[in-house]
Amino acid sequence: MTTAQILEKTAPAALEVHDVHKWYGTHRVLDGIDLTVRPGEVTVILGPSGSGKSTLLRVVNHLEKPEIGHVSVGGELIGVKRHGGRLRELSERAILAQRSRIGFVFQNFNLFPHLTVLDNVAAAPVATGRLSRPAARELARELLERVGLGDRTGAYPRQLSGGQQQRVAIARALALRPGIILFDEPTSALDPELVGEVLAVIKDLATSGTTLVIVTHEIGFAREVADRVVFIDAGRIVEQGPPAQVLDKPRHERTRDFLSKVL
Amino acid sequence: MSEPPGAAVSLAEAPTSTDTPSRQLSAQRVQPLRRPGRWIVTAVVLVLVAQILHGLVTNPFYQWDRFRYWFLRPTVLDGLLVTLEVAAFSAVLGLLGGILLALGRLSGSPVLRAVSWTYTWLFRSIPLIVVLIFLYNFSALYKTLSLGVPFGPAFVSFDESKLATDMTIAVIGLSLNEAAYAAEVVRGGVLSVDQGQHEAAAALGLPRGYQFRRIVFPQALRSITPNYVNQLIGLIKSTSLVFYVSLLDLFGSVQSMGNTYPGDIVPLLMVATVWYLILTSAVSVVQFYVERYYARGATRSLPPTPLQQARAALAELRARLRREAAV
Repeated sequence: MTTAQILEKTAPAALEVHDVHKWYGTHRVLDGIDLTVRPGEVTVILGPSGSGKSTLLRVVNHLEKPEIGHVSVGGELIGVKRHGGRLRELSERAILAQRSRIGFVFQNFNLFPHLTVLDNVAAAPVATGRLSRPAARELARELLERVGLGDRTGAYPRQLSGGQQQRVAIARALALRPGIILFDEPTSALDPELVGEVLAVIKDLATSGTTLVIVTHEIGFAREVADRVVFIDAGRIVEQGPPAQVLDKPRHERTRDFLSKVL
Repeated sequence: MSEPPGAAVSLAEAPTSTDTPSRQLSAQRVQPLRRPGRWIVTAVVLVLVAQILHGLVTNPFYQWDRFRYWFLRPTVLDGLLVTLEVAAFSAVLGLLGGILLALGRLSGSPVLRAVSWTYTWLFRSIPLIVVLIFLYNFSALYKTLSLGVPFGPAFVSFDESKLATDMTIAVIGLSLNEAAYAAEVVRGGVLSVDQGQHEAAAALGLPRGYQFRRIVFPQALRSITPNYVNQLIGLIKSTSLVFYVSLLDLFGSVQSMGNTYPGDIVPLLMVATVWYLILTSAVSVVQFYVERYYARGATRSLPPTPLQQARAALAELRARLRREAAV
């Protein structure tokens, strides 16, 4: 057995989503999602708009509370704890601590416009008490170097292009050394010519063994980096499997229909 | 109006003789549209302004010699100091109270929301003068103020009549009033911050206090500043009401001097007017720099300060003189 296989047997799943339902009023957004992501695995989630992909990511880091079901990351329940035979809501402080171990990259970057690029990346490790200010700045410099922005540390986000801003956002997520990073359509707000630079950074993360869950419409990218592709429609997982299977020989009519439209 | 310098330069550099007609056309400078109507209106307004200035200077009614006599009198300056003290304390306390009330309005607790809403409603409804006179008579209503268990024993108690000087009454009254307005200004500022900023801060797991202090509030300050300065200018002027709780502020001292020297009422009022103008101008200058500071990152490049503008204009003028001297 290889170390990877041993780890797979013994280590808890990087992410486990168990029977998650989420609704707003009578509108069912997530309708019983079950998903397991192994450590180091790259999962790409595809689906038409309004299918619940983004909501699923937001449930994982508890920006949204599921109505039914639960999520665990690295074996730890998110947003709740077991108490006797019941689940109890965690304190806000505990939830914030859990979120700091889950990276999240937004479609609209959401960088802090009043802070320099360096401070955007260095803020969270200092604020959560993990690193001293100088150490955090040192780490931020390293990470910005890694995403190819070592020369823009003093700039403010609005002085950067969309692609550069998204790379800063990725560095900001990495600064907390998360066990898993969630990407919510990271290239959807970018000009076509800027998509490549962001995908290159994500690909670099994928090959370095970080666990990634990526919601995207970039089918070519999914084929290239994904270990597994999950197709969601109307709040349910329609099918999942290796990209060669789901993208090239989809079993379901709904998947075929979607792929014929986006390809 | 002077010519934009860039246009003159580009004309000088443009080729003087070209072969194609389209080139010739592009080398031409566009004749600005003539606006005779605007010139007539400008002339009329200038005449009116000149008349007003002339009247201000020459009308003996203003008694400018008496104005000079009063402008820096110790009584007036003492009053000015009181105005400044009352305004400064109330501005700070009012803003702090406003932030707390705004946080209450934005909190998840229905009780906190209702309490801050009621406070704002109450103090925006009662005229400031009523609040001040009510507080002035407050010591008659409650003889002592005490800290302790509600309805139970008191740990510390204060004798109201010793605690409540005229100055504290004025500051408390103005702060109570100011906080109600500041609360809405702060709340508006916080609401103007993009929802994505709250989400990003939450997703990074930043502690709650840090989210407000370092992420949301600094961005809110950009829209809070102009609105709060508006409030502040109103506050400086409403300090003139503290005269009614027997505190001699700028207006109060001018008023009492006017009673003693009835012939000087007009120059005394002019003294007060000029001091209020100076205070408002000082606040506006501070506002410019505060806004500029909080604009970091919101605009791609900061607007130049008046000093930088003046320097640039001077350098421009010097360069032009040198050019003309060379010709």
